[in-house]
Amino acid sequence: MKAIVAVKRVIDYNVKVRVKADNSDVDLANTKMSINPFCEIAVEEAVRLKEAGTVSEIVVVSVGPKAVQEQMRYAMALGADRGIQVETAAAPSSLDVARLLAKINEEENADLFILGKQAIDSDNNQTGQMLAALLDIPQATFASEVKIADGKAEVTREVDGGLVTLEMDLPAVVTTDLRLNEPRFAALPKIMQAKRKPLAVKTVEELGVTLSNSTELLSVEPPAERQAGIKVGSVDELLDKLRNDAQVL
Amino acid sequence: MKTLIIAEHENGAIKSATLSAVTAAAALGAPVDLLVTGNDVAAAAQAASQVAGVSAVLTAEDAALAHPLADLIAPVAKQLAGDYTHILVGASTFGKDLAPRLAALCGVNQISDIIEVIDADTFKRPIYAGNAIATVKSSDATKVITVRGTAFAAAASEGGSAAVSAANATVGTAKVRFVRADVTESDRPELDSADIVVSGGRGVGSKEDFAKVFELADKLSAAVGASRAAVDSGFVPNDMQVGQTGKMVAPKLYIAVGISGAIQHIAGMKESGVIVAINKDEEAPIFNIADYGLVGDLHDILPELVSKI
Repeated sequence: MKAIVAVKRVIDYNVKVRVKADNSDVDLANTKMSINPFCEIAVEEAVRLKEAGTVSEIVVVSVGPKAVQEQMRYAMALGADRGIQVETAAAPSSLDVARLLAKINEEENADLFILGKQAIDSDNNQTGQMLAALLDIPQATFASEVKIADGKAEVTREVDGGLVTLEMDLPAVVTTDLRLNEPRFAALPKIMQAKRKPLAVKTVEELGVTLSNSTELLSVEPPAERQAGIKVGSVDELLDKLRNDAQVL
Repeated sequence: MKTLIIAEHENGAIKSATLSAVTAAAALGAPVDLLVTGNDVAAAAQAASQVAGVSAVLTAEDAALAHPLADLIAPVAKQLAGDYTHILVGASTFGKDLAPRLAALCGVNQISDIIEVIDADTFKRPIYAGNAIATVKSSDATKVITVRGTAFAAAASEGGSAAVSAANATVGTAKVRFVRADVTESDRPELDSADIVVSGGRGVGSKEDFAKVFELADKLSAAVGASRAAVDSGFVPNDMQVGQTGKMVAPKLYIAVGISGAIQHIAGMKESGVIVAINKDEEAPIFNIADYGLVGDLHDILPELVSKI
């Protein structure tokens, strides 16, 4: 069984985002970049399925400039077998990424697609669902448990109010939620090994996909700051403020 | 111009995420239709028809739609999409699951989690966990949008009198089957629509000590939330998580107990009306955004609060 895992290079989740002075976008110059945390969970899940003997090959795909190879090599250090980079300059839309993944799959014919539920930069939460739609295959988003048996995937999803479990025919798309697993650390020998794993580079033109970003970014502003209030000295004072000043009790 | 909202409903009632989407749709200034899908939708369709500001209710009824599967609902909505310039869904897990699938079927991009309607093509949405607000403009003929519930007041669930009719759409067969739901049973209000939320963090200390948080919440008829640290520590289940990777809340009163105030938690609650922070660490970042801060041991403060409210 072949699994395709898509990964995105994003600002490291520990770095505080700054908006550019001209409000054109956020400032990513000289910023630490990492694999999107949800994508890392997706890679880990695929590796666990491989260790369990369910998955035989893991193909990691990333869309973007050459720098994304850094995150692809990291995914390979975790256990992905080979990589396909789709070279693009700008960050394409979720629909474009889904179309590129669908095109890649014409050659790859994967049985399972594991993607992060969202990237922590654009916070879109779209690509997995779009890929499932384009391939006309089932989806299970926000997964907290994945079991594969007899050509089917049983996936528990984290939804408002609790958990829902679905059974899907394969091929299928799974998007990962935080608690699906805790990714391992990449050991040094694995990092060295990963440098020798095959990594193919394809262009958007080669794949015959026309990028179609119909959503234009007009401006980016910092959010309205909330001001610090006052410290109160006791429970009585707190209740007094809440009852009489704020009038919320 | 015309807007379709795909309704989320439970036990014959329209969920608050959908009612917020109705308010967002009103800002577009075009007629608003609601699509109600399910197995037996009579009660939900009736409730939908009474929502203020709704022009028409369309129903898609089929045994296969008994559970809200995006794989089935997206193609139903796709068949109706030609009549609409905008298709909105609340940004709940239902909407986030469904909207991108529908957008891809329509061949359009999707706009996630809008917090403001500038005009029919232009919207504001948070990016980077709310640390930046983007203004985006869409040129797609059909705009598929999810609406952040905390940014729009819920439309009144009474006062409307929309006509109900069956949608002209067929229901396909899914390659996915519902197995089971493990729903958290609770008499408390829901997190995303409660007037008061009491949330506990790692500082609460243990699963057992979290009872004190529940006690205060019950005294206030409040919903209970938690920080990711409390969830990761196993104090409470993940569906109680407030923050970037959990739920977005904006109650009138938010009481943060033993929560330090990580960026990702603040992203989920900073739109609250009044924020109270109770923490023994007076340097905790949560105090920078709290209207009222009380420094002290929550294990003493919580019982005192309960006894004095």
